[in-house]
Amino acid sequence: MAYSIVVVGTSWGGLNALRELVGKLPADFRVPTVVIQHRHRQSNHLLSTFLQERTTLAVAEVEDKMPIEPGTVFIAPADYHLLVDRGSFALSTDAPVRYSRPSIDVTFYSAADAYGSASVGVILTGANSDGSRGLRRIFDRGGLTFVQDPLTAESPTMPSAAIRCVPDAHVQPIGEIAAALAGLSAEEQTLQRPRESHERPTGTPPDRPSPGGA
Amino acid sequence: MAVPVIPSRALTGPPVAYNSDLERLEIELLLEGIFRHYGFDFRSYAYASIRRRLWKRIEAEGLHTISELQARVLHDAEMMERLLLDLSVNVTAMFRDPGFYLAFRQIAIPLLKTWPFIRIWHAGCSTGEEVYSMAILLEEEGLYDRSRIYATDINDVVLQQAKAGIFPLNRMQEYTENYIRAGGKQSFSEYYTAKYDGALFSPSLTRNIVFSQHNLVTDRSFSEFNVIFCRNVLIYFDRELQDHVHALFYESLSMFGVLALGSKETLRFSKYEPCYEKLHAREKMYRKVK
Repeated sequence: MAYSIVVVGTSWGGLNALRELVGKLPADFRVPTVVIQHRHRQSNHLLSTFLQERTTLAVAEVEDKMPIEPGTVFIAPADYHLLVDRGSFALSTDAPVRYSRPSIDVTFYSAADAYGSASVGVILTGANSDGSRGLRRIFDRGGLTFVQDPLTAESPTMPSAAIRCVPDAHVQPIGEIAAALAGLSAEEQTLQRPRESHERPTGTPPDRPSPGGA
Repeated sequence: MAVPVIPSRALTGPPVAYNSDLERLEIELLLEGIFRHYGFDFRSYAYASIRRRLWKRIEAEGLHTISELQARVLHDAEMMERLLLDLSVNVTAMFRDPGFYLAFRQIAIPLLKTWPFIRIWHAGCSTGEEVYSMAILLEEEGLYDRSRIYATDINDVVLQQAKAGIFPLNRMQEYTENYIRAGGKQSFSEYYTAKYDGALFSPSLTRNIVFSQHNLVTDRSFSEFNVIFCRNVLIYFDRELQDHVHALFYESLSMFGVLALGSKETLRFSKYEPCYEKLHAREKMYRKVK
């Protein structure tokens, strides 16, 4: 199984958690990785700079319609929702979802809808329950799901909520999640060429009825 | 002979299998139907965003599939009105991205001061928060009396709201903070009067604003401008439609005119990039040079 995208959601305590996770991704990690960190609406590029100092992977704060490229850690810009489409990102200034913009749920839903079972969701430390419904969507679409072990999290609320929503998620400390991600191979083909709409999907997993939500 | 047991959900509920290609087909059919029946063209909107907005409407109406929404929308003009608001209203704030307004003050205003008269097109002004922000900025820079702002939007409902100039009082703390960071020179509260839960902005701010309906997808250029603002509108369009609108902006902008996009929008993916120079790279402020 090859993967097209990894989406990572975190809020309170996220800086340390992301430093560890991104820092432990190997230099040849190909699967495009997207970080959704709750932060103040006027935050700037400091998060990108901070993470770039800890990895040889490219780190980029997302701009509208930026192509999704392998070997890159993408950062959701403050005060926008980040939507994953096939092959590129789209930004939105739609109203915050449960007080959050970016909303982790919104990005996770869109990743699950664009890439289905080729998507990977990771929930790290955080002091609210954003992301748990999105992680569920990824699970329901047949994707891989990881949650930071709440006992190791700076704030266990977000991981605990995610585990309640996705009891079958892999619950591990960050180091083990990074090691598991490192073993994933990238689906290079869908990245280079967004699939045309007339092509048939391969093995779409069953899902709950309504694809709406966040 | 045993009767096969069918799960009750199969009889009562919507289909349980998700097929993203089938959903894409349904969405394309719905948007085609809306275009041909009502004339609103959302066919080239960014797929992930329009998909999300459609599902929000589906859930608000208690429906279950895109096709169900299509059947309802085509036969019920009021449903179309509600959907139109969902699809066309862009959420914004006064002095959204204060860094942009600060950069505009410092870099664009000195250029504008060299012109005898300043024509500004605010494309996709939505409920008007940023139009009033610009009027305040021009007033403080002593340029407002030789400026005219043409504020346009596809949606007449939001234009009426924009004209009224009443914004929620509970946002004023945030807007005041933005105003200060944007280099505001007065006390922000001088610009509005609080009444009930609304803040009514001074009617003198609208003295040089013309609000009118304009559709970036289907309407043509209507004048020549020295400044075009279009912030966080193109993010809802796909790449081809973005380029179509950039052609419109290019035709509508005078030589050395200023184009201001949202901070996370870029000309990089557009073929018009070589026609502009960057006035402020991070805040996406450009100047037409050829």
